[in-house]
Amino acid sequence: MALDRELVGRSYPPSAVYEVGRAKIAEFATAVGALDPVHLDVDAARAAGHPDVIAPPTFAIVVSLEAAFVVLSDPEVGLDYSRVVHGEQKFVHHRPIRAGDRLVATTTIDAARSVAGNDLLTARVELVGEDGDAVCTAISMLVARGVS
Amino acid sequence: MNADVGIDVGTELPEQVVRITRADLVRYAGASGDFNPIHWNERVAREVGLPGVIAHGMFTMALAGRAVTAWTGDPAALLEYQVRFGRPVVVPDDEDGAELTVRGRVAALLDGGRARVDLTVTSAGEKVLSLARVVVRLP
Repeated sequence: MALDRELVGRSYPPSAVYEVGRAKIAEFATAVGALDPVHLDVDAARAAGHPDVIAPPTFAIVVSLEAAFVVLSDPEVGLDYSRVVHGEQKFVHHRPIRAGDRLVATTTIDAARSVAGNDLLTARVELVGEDGDAVCTAISMLVARGVS
Repeated sequence: MNADVGIDVGTELPEQVVRITRADLVRYAGASGDFNPIHWNERVAREVGLPGVIAHGMFTMALAGRAVTAWTGDPAALLEYQVRFGRPVVVPDDEDGAELTVRGRVAALLDGGRARVDLTVTSAGEKVLSLARVVVRLP
């Protein structure tokens, strides 16, 4: 199904709160081999000027990709989930994600187009802290491959 | 030229070589919550037309980013990071797995003591990420 350009600008309601825990940060950091002490050791993180351990730079995907997927369940978008692959990813960090953060994700469709039978959809997810402070902007380009 | 730290356009980051095994993919699946079977199940991967089990694109992105954080010594200095997932990293079911080579080069000095680093990420001699760019705060 070809994407409708009028989808551009559509926003979805904010997600439930995602509470960032030290153990989850350590698990993710270890899985990607990011063994810098600021991810694993509270004292080291504080010595580096952070209030608590900070997450590695791509940790935001744990929260943002699920939020981006709300567009796939929008019946008016009509992307075939089984054909969707991740085309591009971008993070703009306003500050590091850290343990204790209570993040809320809000998703907006930034672009939608069909190219050579493939549907390309760009979802921008704004992650904000409980006080409304900007934490990270995560932009995912999803590609629904056309039936060949 | 950033005289304090001797960084200029063209400065190359130390090359990083990372090995990815099936066990690493399982661990990343658990840590990230991405349980798509193409990242751990050979049968499903082949059914959808892949040559075999492939690494999560986001796992490759995370590993490539380490070349930059190792260089700056400060993960919080990585301000922006973007990639295009060009070609899948096929991970064989053996001890050696796949090898990922990450090279980086300072492409531009930006205002506010920042720099843009362009990454070249290859596996089995093929580029697996394209337009892989990082904006870092220089020390």
